[in-house]
Amino acid sequence: MLTAPVIVIASFVYVGLLFAIAYYGDKRADAGRSVISNPYIYALSLAVYCTSWTFYGSVGRAATSGIGFLPIYLGPTLMAALWWYVMLKIIRISKQNRITSIADFIASRYGKSHMLGGMVTIIAVVGIIPYIALQLKAISNTFSIILRYPEVATPEQQGAPLFLGDNTFYIAMLLAAFTILFGTRHLDATERHEGLVAAIAFESLVKLLAFIAVGLFVTFWLYDGFADIFSRAGQTPELRALLSFGGESGSYATWASLTFLSMAAIMFLPRQFQVTVVENVDERHLAKAIWLFPLYLLAINIFVLPIAFGGLLHFPNGAVDADTFVLTLPIAEQRPWLALFAFIGGLSAATGMVIVEAIALSTMVCNDLVMPVLLRMKALRLTERRDLSGLLLGIRRGAIVLILVLGYVYFYLAGEAYALVSIGLISFSAVAQFAPAIIGGIFWKGGTRTGAICGLAAGFLVWIYTLLLPSFAKSGWLPITFLSHGLFGTDLLKPQQLLGLEGLDDITHCLFWSMLANIGCYIGVSLIKGPNAAEHGQATVFVDAFKPAAAAPGSRFWRGSASVNNLLMLVGRFLGPERAYEAFAAYAGSRGERSVEALSADANLVHHAESLLAGAIGSASARVMVASVVEEEPLGIDEVMNIIDEASQVLAYSRQLEQKSRELEAATNELRGANQRLQELDRLKDDFISTVTHELRTPLTSIRAFSEILNDNPRLDGAERAKFLGIIVKESERLTRLINQVLDLAKIESGAAEWHSSEIDMREVLEESATAVSQLFKERKVELMLELPQRVPGIAADRDRLMQVMLNLLSNAAKFSGRAPGKVAVSLAHEGGFLRVDVADNGVGISAADQEVIFEKFRQAGDMLTGKPQGSGLGLHISRRIIEHFGGRMWVTSRPGEGACFSFALPLAGGSVLIRAA
Amino acid sequence: MIRPNIKGQRLAALFLLGFLLFNYPLLTLFAGSIHVFGIPVLYFYVFAVWALLIGLMALVVERRDD
Repeated sequence: MLTAPVIVIASFVYVGLLFAIAYYGDKRADAGRSVISNPYIYALSLAVYCTSWTFYGSVGRAATSGIGFLPIYLGPTLMAALWWYVMLKIIRISKQNRITSIADFIASRYGKSHMLGGMVTIIAVVGIIPYIALQLKAISNTFSIILRYPEVATPEQQGAPLFLGDNTFYIAMLLAAFTILFGTRHLDATERHEGLVAAIAFESLVKLLAFIAVGLFVTFWLYDGFADIFSRAGQTPELRALLSFGGESGSYATWASLTFLSMAAIMFLPRQFQVTVVENVDERHLAKAIWLFPLYLLAINIFVLPIAFGGLLHFPNGAVDADTFVLTLPIAEQRPWLALFAFIGGLSAATGMVIVEAIALSTMVCNDLVMPVLLRMKALRLTERRDLSGLLLGIRRGAIVLILVLGYVYFYLAGEAYALVSIGLISFSAVAQFAPAIIGGIFWKGGTRTGAICGLAAGFLVWIYTLLLPSFAKSGWLPITFLSHGLFGTDLLKPQQLLGLEGLDDITHCLFWSMLANIGCYIGVSLIKGPNAAEHGQATVFVDAFKPAAAAPGSRFWRGSASVNNLLMLVGRFLGPERAYEAFAAYAGSRGERSVEALSADANLVHHAESLLAGAIGSASARVMVASVVEEEPLGIDEVMNIIDEASQVLAYSRQLEQKSRELEAATNELRGANQRLQELDRLKDDFISTVTHELRTPLTSIRAFSEILNDNPRLDGAERAKFLGIIVKESERLTRLINQVLDLAKIESGAAEWHSSEIDMREVLEESATAVSQLFKERKVELMLELPQRVPGIAADRDRLMQVMLNLLSNAAKFSGRAPGKVAVSLAHEGGFLRVDVADNGVGISAADQEVIFEKFRQAGDMLTGKPQGSGLGLHISRRIIEHFGGRMWVTSRPGEGACFSFALPLAGGSVLIRAA
Repeated sequence: MIRPNIKGQRLAALFLLGFLLFNYPLLTLFAGSIHVFGIPVLYFYVFAVWALLIGLMALVVERRDD
């Protein structure tokens, strides 16, 4: 029933299905209708984290350490809660800078360093190749187990010939073909592979369903639910320890270090970086993945313990390797289709990992290891070639094949050796070395290239010494005395009790020393010598990724000259001329230019070209290539510091400060104005009071003087007495008038005056006032002439107040008109919307300088020293205030020696009065 | 575009909570051999806290109030 052909055909059908899904995904992507652009596919693709190490290995680990397998999945759950800060930032930075691998990320952060990119690539390859071998071993083992169905077999060490005689080799090559087909279809600046991701998501679904199917079968078919399995396990003495925090997992330090390791792994394993960051379509998908992905982990782990205990109960005394329970339990129970499903599930877990890891590593090997070397080899003249995209794709395809061959060779050599079995955690420890440089790099601007290189190198060397070499020794590839007596027989150098540190398991021990060395060197060396210009520029781009100023990264830190054509040709050499032209055209469109030719080769275009290249060949190489066609003027550290500090920090502060000081200035100006007005008013008040006092004292003085004369000289003759009394009476009248006017003015100015507006015929007012002053005019022998039209429109005003104005003007005219023959002419005219009254005399006139002055309080024309003041100095001022109150204006026209003409104009009564009249 | 905001802080708080609940010394409280619903208390505790954390994370992420 479950014969070899059936299994092989099923496997091929499954892989064929993957091809179909990937092909469909790519087709849809080309048509612009992405199938992977939703958070569920994204979360499923993240589950590439669960390899065959999870699918088979978790059960194996649970069978020896109980719950000790779980930190590997709790760590990612906890880390997911921090993704909102950490992963979001990494995604944002990578998208802004077209970063396509973890090596590129670190290299780019520390000043686009080739050296760092190469180091990260080497660490990743060394750490991951055995992990790939582990997947191949899982496929190979399970294949040979299921082939023996219905017998429950334990796969023995294979004696099969290398390469062509070994079916594992064919599997590896099939995976290489798949990866090449869907992972290196063409070069793209974003390096996204939609079809591949669709296939990976499908694989995640398959392995989850397969594992749950086996779990349900074991828990509810073989046994009677969870409680049944655990109570049976509790009754078995050798299993009881596994039910609590005992066994190998007894150390809480191990628990914590595994949690930490897996937190680093979920971020920095090359395949995780590939699916989480590079293949991310939309950063909003990350939000839902924050809980969906841990939910997946929970789901795939629920049945691990039941299967482990079920297997241990079913195959007592270690008859069957616990790592194979997922497959051997269905076989032992004669469930061929479930066994096949479990096998396919394990296959999907292994292939998913291998495919994504191969593509991530090949990108790194190509961009950060091979291309930098090739570009530096001047003899190859690569920089002069027209189209390098073929070469790039060739390198990547070669790298994929090489990685899988290396994985296969390692699998073949290591086989059942310890070095392979324990590789999962050893790989995790290797990629954990990236954590300080990356986490430090995105939150701390002070990290330097040298610091990162030293930290990585130190951590990596400690990892090799305390974890990798001991695993070789345990496999028999190194003398075991290396472990028991240390290097050169020095006890302090025992790799797993370094410097005598004991009581930790090997992973925790390595983690402690490697992190101490790594973080210590990274921070220490960074602090010894601060970042240089390029590092500082990149640090700002990375650390400030969320700030708007970083939206156009890099271009601020560039100065130089270039030509659009050179840039276009350069990009074309790597992406292919057509793709390059399309990219430039799209860029021109986004800048509002009509065509590529209309672009100017400014810093932004150079930066855009560099980031296009960075996607294809890595940021460090891109920088070198762009520099080859651009005459760049390097910026000094001081300039970069200035740009950064002034532009991003100081400017922000100074903008606020400027705003504040502008507000302050405005407020100060207002205050100053108000103060000036107050001072002016104060001065006016003082002037007014002193003038009023002065004006009051003049008549008072003369009244008092004449009164004293009369009092002291009782025998004064009658005529003299009458004259003095006449003066006293006149001065008293003047005093009264003055006081009245002051009071009147005070009322007007304070707004307390009473106004009785009514419709007035101006002719009547003029005639009446003429009659009133006729006596005065006769006394002074001044002729008064009235020129009044037959009819004038009415005006709205206070009759008494207008009389007051007229009397004031007429009496002034009488006073100042010429001695003989005095003439005063009053005329009334209707002009526009106004009634105009002129009072003209033929007196001495008023000089131009005095014409405005006379309307001010207590000011009179003429020589104040010689001439005795003839009025209070308030009359004209009050008159003008009255006229202005009724909306009119008052002025004087005069030339010295030719008399003066005082005029005022009042607006006509307007609609309201007319209506009332009607 | 999503931005770090109050959600990020809530999630970070959940991280701290999970870190506490999944580590020494709180874990020792459940190291005994008692069974809850027939399941060893340690297993029950770890999986229950795990599920609770995921539920809370989902709640924080999916809430639309901010």
